[in-house]
Amino acid sequence: MATVIRMPKLGFDMAEGTLVRWVIGEGQEVAKGDVIAEIETDKATVEVDSQEEGILHKHLVQKGSVVPIATPIAIIGEAGEEIDVDTLVGELPELEVAPAVEAAKPEPALVAPAKPSDKPEVQVPEGIVASPVARRLAKEHDLDLTSIRGSGPDGRIVKRDVEAAVAAAPSTVPAAAFVTPEARQATREPLSKLRAIIGRRMTQAKQQVPHFYVTIDIDAAPLMELRKQFNALIPEEEKLSINDFIVKAAALNLQRFPSLNASVDGEHLVRHAQVNVGVAVAVEDGLLTIVVHDADLKPLRQIGSEARGMIERARAGRVRPEDIEGSTFTVSNMGMFDVDHFIAIVNPPEAAVMAIGSVQQVPAVEGGKIVIGQRMKVTLSADHRVTDGAEAARWLQEFARLLEQPLQLAIS
Amino acid sequence: MDKKDKLRLYHEMVLIRRLEERSADLYREGKIGGFLHLYIGQEAVGSGVISTRRPEDRVITAYRDHGIAIACGMKPEAVMAELLGKDTGASRGMGGSMHLADVDLNFWGGYAIVGAHLPVAAGMAMADKMRGSDAATICFFGEGATNIGYFHEAMNLSMVWELPVLWVCENNKYGMGTEVARASAVDEIRKKADGYGMPNARVDGMQLLEVRKAAEEALAHVRQKGPFFLEAVTYRFVGHSMGDPERYRSGEEITKWRENDPIGILRKHLLEIKGVGEKTIEAEEARAEEQVEEAVRFAEESPEPTLDTLLGMVYAGEED
Amino acid sequence: MALKTMREAISEALWEEMERDERVIIMGEEVGVWGGTYAVTKGFHDHFGPERVCDTPIAEGVIVGAANGAALAGLRPVAEMMTINFAFLAMDQIVNHSAKLHTMFGGQMTVPIVIRAVGGGGRQLGATHSQTPDVAFAHFPGLKVVSPGTPHDAKGLLKSAIRSIDPVMFIENATLYQVRGEVPEEEYLEPIGVSKIQRAGSDVTLISYSKMLQTSLQAAESLAGEGIEAEVVDLRTLRPLDMGAVVDSFKRTNRAVIVEEGWRSYGVGAEVAARLYEEAFDYVDAPIRRVAQREVPLPYNRELEQQMLPNMYDVIEAVKGVL
Repeated sequence: MATVIRMPKLGFDMAEGTLVRWVIGEGQEVAKGDVIAEIETDKATVEVDSQEEGILHKHLVQKGSVVPIATPIAIIGEAGEEIDVDTLVGELPELEVAPAVEAAKPEPALVAPAKPSDKPEVQVPEGIVASPVARRLAKEHDLDLTSIRGSGPDGRIVKRDVEAAVAAAPSTVPAAAFVTPEARQATREPLSKLRAIIGRRMTQAKQQVPHFYVTIDIDAAPLMELRKQFNALIPEEEKLSINDFIVKAAALNLQRFPSLNASVDGEHLVRHAQVNVGVAVAVEDGLLTIVVHDADLKPLRQIGSEARGMIERARAGRVRPEDIEGSTFTVSNMGMFDVDHFIAIVNPPEAAVMAIGSVQQVPAVEGGKIVIGQRMKVTLSADHRVTDGAEAARWLQEFARLLEQPLQLAIS
Repeated sequence: MDKKDKLRLYHEMVLIRRLEERSADLYREGKIGGFLHLYIGQEAVGSGVISTRRPEDRVITAYRDHGIAIACGMKPEAVMAELLGKDTGASRGMGGSMHLADVDLNFWGGYAIVGAHLPVAAGMAMADKMRGSDAATICFFGEGATNIGYFHEAMNLSMVWELPVLWVCENNKYGMGTEVARASAVDEIRKKADGYGMPNARVDGMQLLEVRKAAEEALAHVRQKGPFFLEAVTYRFVGHSMGDPERYRSGEEITKWRENDPIGILRKHLLEIKGVGEKTIEAEEARAEEQVEEAVRFAEESPEPTLDTLLGMVYAGEED
Repeated sequence: MALKTMREAISEALWEEMERDERVIIMGEEVGVWGGTYAVTKGFHDHFGPERVCDTPIAEGVIVGAANGAALAGLRPVAEMMTINFAFLAMDQIVNHSAKLHTMFGGQMTVPIVIRAVGGGGRQLGATHSQTPDVAFAHFPGLKVVSPGTPHDAKGLLKSAIRSIDPVMFIENATLYQVRGEVPEEEYLEPIGVSKIQRAGSDVTLISYSKMLQTSLQAAESLAGEGIEAEVVDLRTLRPLDMGAVVDSFKRTNRAVIVEEGWRSYGVGAEVAARLYEEAFDYVDAPIRRVAQREVPLPYNRELEQQMLPNMYDVIEAVKGVL
């Protein structure tokens, strides 16, 4: 019976080893205890003894390869035995291996938009120095800290200053403006499965992918106009959303400039053959990314109807595996929330994600005059291991051109 | 010792050997974490000495502790479950390979700071002596531990206070990868006991029957008079721990020692006894093999310990 | 109530517990025939006998190691480190064994040991004999670290420590042995892990323990003469640290100074201040200040040594800095 030899774990923190030398060649005899190969770990070079006897039928990894522990490395069988390597290796049980070699588990593709970058809440005007307890008391008594003189070091407003201000406040203001409410209890519940996955993946992405961001302001007026004309010609249930145009534009742009349609895999850059555009969809408890496969090759109306179907299924909790797998680039659109712009987190192994703000009416200068323009801010978040700022900026520029001259989207 | 007892000890040594070999497999597969130090080759020391103890005698050892645990009566299931970090393990998954213990078996644990358990052994013996019990404490350690301060402090105190401790030095020739002569001023370790005026003996640690005889005499002395130092000359057939490149010794040396396999020696002896044949021996071997497989099954199916178990185990409680 | 010295209070606690429970033994250097280098165990050897009051060789590793073993085997050893500076020689037994065996062996063993250790500077003993390294021990989960500041607490806490089935590091300060305080005649215990307000006040919270409790109380009296009322909280136990009385007081005074004899970096002050910022940030009215030993090995020279140690005037100055 043929046996598969796996890369052994040879130390408590060993995750992988380099096979530096095959001592026993293919076709040679092996006895129990014979040294088959030499393996280099980060600590030492160690000999791998055979636990089996027979003929070394085949080496499954090349000399010099870095191999994770538990990976099949050789097959030992009896003399003259017919061995179907693929079947033998294919039928092996997956060993659960503890250290770092986490297998890429198929999880729903996700993208989490970062918090809309509205301005930070400013509670105290700049320049006011006040102690935490003074700030809290002032807030409780609805007092403006700018009106209080600080008596602490360097003019810091301290507790006694606020207390004095409270005492001096006109009696029309009820002193007990703040009544401590009945004990309000925080609640505690387990994270939903989807929330936990989003959390894990986004944490990983934010920690491991070196992000950078490029924002562009796009003239959306031609797009809005074209969409209006287009939708006038097609049935109600097939009407196109702005996002359908954006998906098409992104796909076409990725086809023409494929640098962002790529992934980093260890030491390699993988350029994807297909252009599959993911669209982030808010669902109960989180979000999912549905995927328009081969979006660069599909006409706009098909993109529209496919996306609509997938979004409906996602919101109804009936999403199919093919709806959410294989995206190579993601679009996240928060236009419906009237946000100016926001920044998204890259969804690995993709190289970039595009965050679309709402189309807003703003003063624009055209031919030396101020007119009402329709503008849309788009922010690209990209993986710095794949691309860099100049390339991303050029890519966005081309993307903007496609949206600003949108007729090509309708005909390609 | 009659035929039955000899067969029982043969079975115990084979059980330890198989358990260690199976553990090595599970380690290579990544199922056992941390360090793994195997007792292969040294079985006759643990089984020989411990087979002469009374139930009230305490046993304590260093981190190469699986064989000692089995010899003290620990079930292979409890050993294997601990190696896999399970709640059903000897130390509920909190200790791992180096920290097996079962207080109910009077096995007070494996200790992983070299030499640190020697003072602990002295203290246990002191408690027994104070209570007027004639229990002895048997303390195993490697020859590498005899170069550390703890060793000398404990040797000295045990003589000054005439504590009932049997000090068992398992001299397997290497402290990790350092040959005894490169680390110790004397390579016949028992000479160190002379410095404390402590009676001592040296025995061939590959010969179970000789180890037993020496341990019986030593324990008799311990119960009557006080500490005794027993050096057992032995050898580990495998590396210090998994992943040991073993550059410090030659293949020929290992082969030579393997010819002296304590299990092989006892097997040969058994075959010379009337009424013991290959069949009887093979039955014992098969039984050991089955027990190990059963232990692996048990361990794999056992539950993991919970966070609450750990958090509830940092302190024992307030007062008694 | 009788006024007794710290030395008498500690001695009484040991005596009473040895009378109460025959499993309690004392082991250490010069604890027997000599009567203890600080005379805490004077008379014990003759009364309880050499079996229970064991003079050991000068070998700290085996003193704590054997005490650990005796504790595992069911005794209640009180191991004495002649000074806490020597406890470093037994550090492995204390932090790797006393503190860990219960958890590491899955709860099947307990180590009911008390390690008494005397520390503190200010006696011209030079760098290796003058340390206050209490936080080094308090760092380790599994160990309890107690350090009383009054005779009353010393007696009640030491009796609790001896009865505790968990290992307790009981840290005394050599310069406190002569301090007198009220000690009840009747039997009493003080709970481990509970801090206590030793003086009431409304303007600032002084947080300290051991020797510095006395220093803080003196500073508070002096400040009262200037109309500043300081509340003094005594931690009494460094692990587990009870922030109850500390936070409670701070929420009223909004200002805190932490006073410790050990070095400032990574010290008790750092820990307590961090917890106040975490647990009571919205009550902070001034930056929390620390008073501690200067970061040097203590010198022999009397003047220089005194300058390096925190005193009442440092505390008063720090209090004024936060008001």
